[in-house]
Amino acid sequence: MADDKHTQPEVDRLTGIATTGHEWDGIKELNTPLPRWWLWTFYVTIVWAIGYMVVYPAIPLISSHTVGLLGYTNRAAVQVELAKLETQRNIQAAGLADASFEQIKANPDLNRIALARGKAAFGDNCMGCHGAGGMGFIGYPNLADDDWIWGGKPEQIQQTLLHGIRWEQSPDTRVGNMPAFGRTGMLKRDEIAESVEYVRSLAGLDVEKSANLAKGKEVFAANCASCHGDEGKGNQELGAPSLTDAIWLYGNSRAAMTEGLINGRGGAMPAWSGRLDPVTIKALTVYVGSLGGGQ
Amino acid sequence: MTEIPATAPRKTSLWAKHKIFETNSIFLILGVLFVISIGGLVEIAPLFYLQSTIERVKGVRPYSPLELAGRAIYVREGCYNCHSQMIRPLRDEVERYGHYSLAAESMYDKPFQWGSKRTGPDLARVGGKYSDEWQLRHLNDPRSVVPLSIMPAYPWLATTDLKYNDIAIDMKVNRLSGVPYTDEMILNAAADLRAQINPEDPGAADVEKRYPKAIIRSFAGDPKRVTEADALIAYLQVLGTMVDFKLYDNKANLR
Repeated sequence: MADDKHTQPEVDRLTGIATTGHEWDGIKELNTPLPRWWLWTFYVTIVWAIGYMVVYPAIPLISSHTVGLLGYTNRAAVQVELAKLETQRNIQAAGLADASFEQIKANPDLNRIALARGKAAFGDNCMGCHGAGGMGFIGYPNLADDDWIWGGKPEQIQQTLLHGIRWEQSPDTRVGNMPAFGRTGMLKRDEIAESVEYVRSLAGLDVEKSANLAKGKEVFAANCASCHGDEGKGNQELGAPSLTDAIWLYGNSRAAMTEGLINGRGGAMPAWSGRLDPVTIKALTVYVGSLGGGQ
Repeated sequence: MTEIPATAPRKTSLWAKHKIFETNSIFLILGVLFVISIGGLVEIAPLFYLQSTIERVKGVRPYSPLELAGRAIYVREGCYNCHSQMIRPLRDEVERYGHYSLAAESMYDKPFQWGSKRTGPDLARVGGKYSDEWQLRHLNDPRSVVPLSIMPAYPWLATTDLKYNDIAIDMKVNRLSGVPYTDEMILNAAADLRAQINPEDPGAADVEKRYPKAIIRSFAGDPKRVTEADALIAYLQVLGTMVDFKLYDNKANLR
């Protein structure tokens, strides 16, 4: 009978191993047992799982869950890790939190640590806008030169980092922007063109031969000098850059300068207070100051 | 025939029953589904009723209509294919991105955008990390600000008007799945959306009232025209900023 084959499987003649008793078109399957090492590994994993459920949080209950004998949680573990990191850093940088910028500068060890920590934080947070090594992009200031829009003294850099520039959410942010002289009708098209030529003459850039510089100077004195200064040297209190050097945040083409006069300028920088801890901001200040020569 | 009684006990033992599964594919499939569902019931179902799943925090509110529309753009463009929104409780992640993500921070995300694929950086706390202008420029041409970036450019976002005639329906659907949008919010959805990019709009104060701490400004530069970039940047700028971590108790929420 067919059922007999299932209950009394035949033994394969060549290997001496019983078959499963199934047959497909004359093909039979050997009932080879699982390797012993495999089977035992399997049993061990079952035992391991039971042990795991006992020591780690595992089983959901009605209103809570088992916490396990170890009382382990991911979040507690990361707090411990972070506390360890903090302790380690505090040992390395003992005094960095309390030291003044002059003291940091005077102490080579402290300076080295501040630079290393600042460099790491710069890569994570500042490089997106200011580029690798603070090289800057059009509209995002180069930090590797000695031209500072809002001031390059450590305290000034720190202030900028803490509260940002034109960053509404921060009450102490730096404010002041280039007005949209053209769009708001404060200056006419020809007045803008004349002041562009005049500013170019201040910076030593090429000037149209037909330009009326005297008229441009007049327009400049009436509209631009209040922020950029009578001689266009700029004013760090207001974030008005010097117009007399070769450094141009938005480029020195006539088109870029005209656009600035028509639509205004005013890039924003986020406030980092709250996002970064005070010591990291201090280290960043030292690092940024070191890039191009702080003041 | 005489052999049958001898074999009968072996056939009825439980151990021999597996033949049913091995010879009937339907039973096999049902059996597999049954076993897998045990895993689901034990691992997933409790998260819906355990009080400890979602932390009690202050500050998390439903997305404003503009942010919600931005979120739809985020999903449409497949940002989640390369960006996660989940800072794991690991030292290196907390160091780089900030406080680890809380379940409460994505409780109004339907569906959540946690992800695990990080071709680009995690975006769970990108809000406030860059200026709007940077975000706009980066979307238009990522390599103009990050030279080694491999992110594709999305220049059409800034030039395409946002279609928001269905924003109220979107909010209704969100409400069905548990987001606490009020009738007032849904009624004013389109007006609030327009007002959020224009601080001079008379409705701007209402946006702030309905969606506390909502950022009200022109995100892409023109307060009169709502583009897809406005919506997406509004969404990016709010990511990870709702919870005030000064008031958050780490110890009370260990798990």
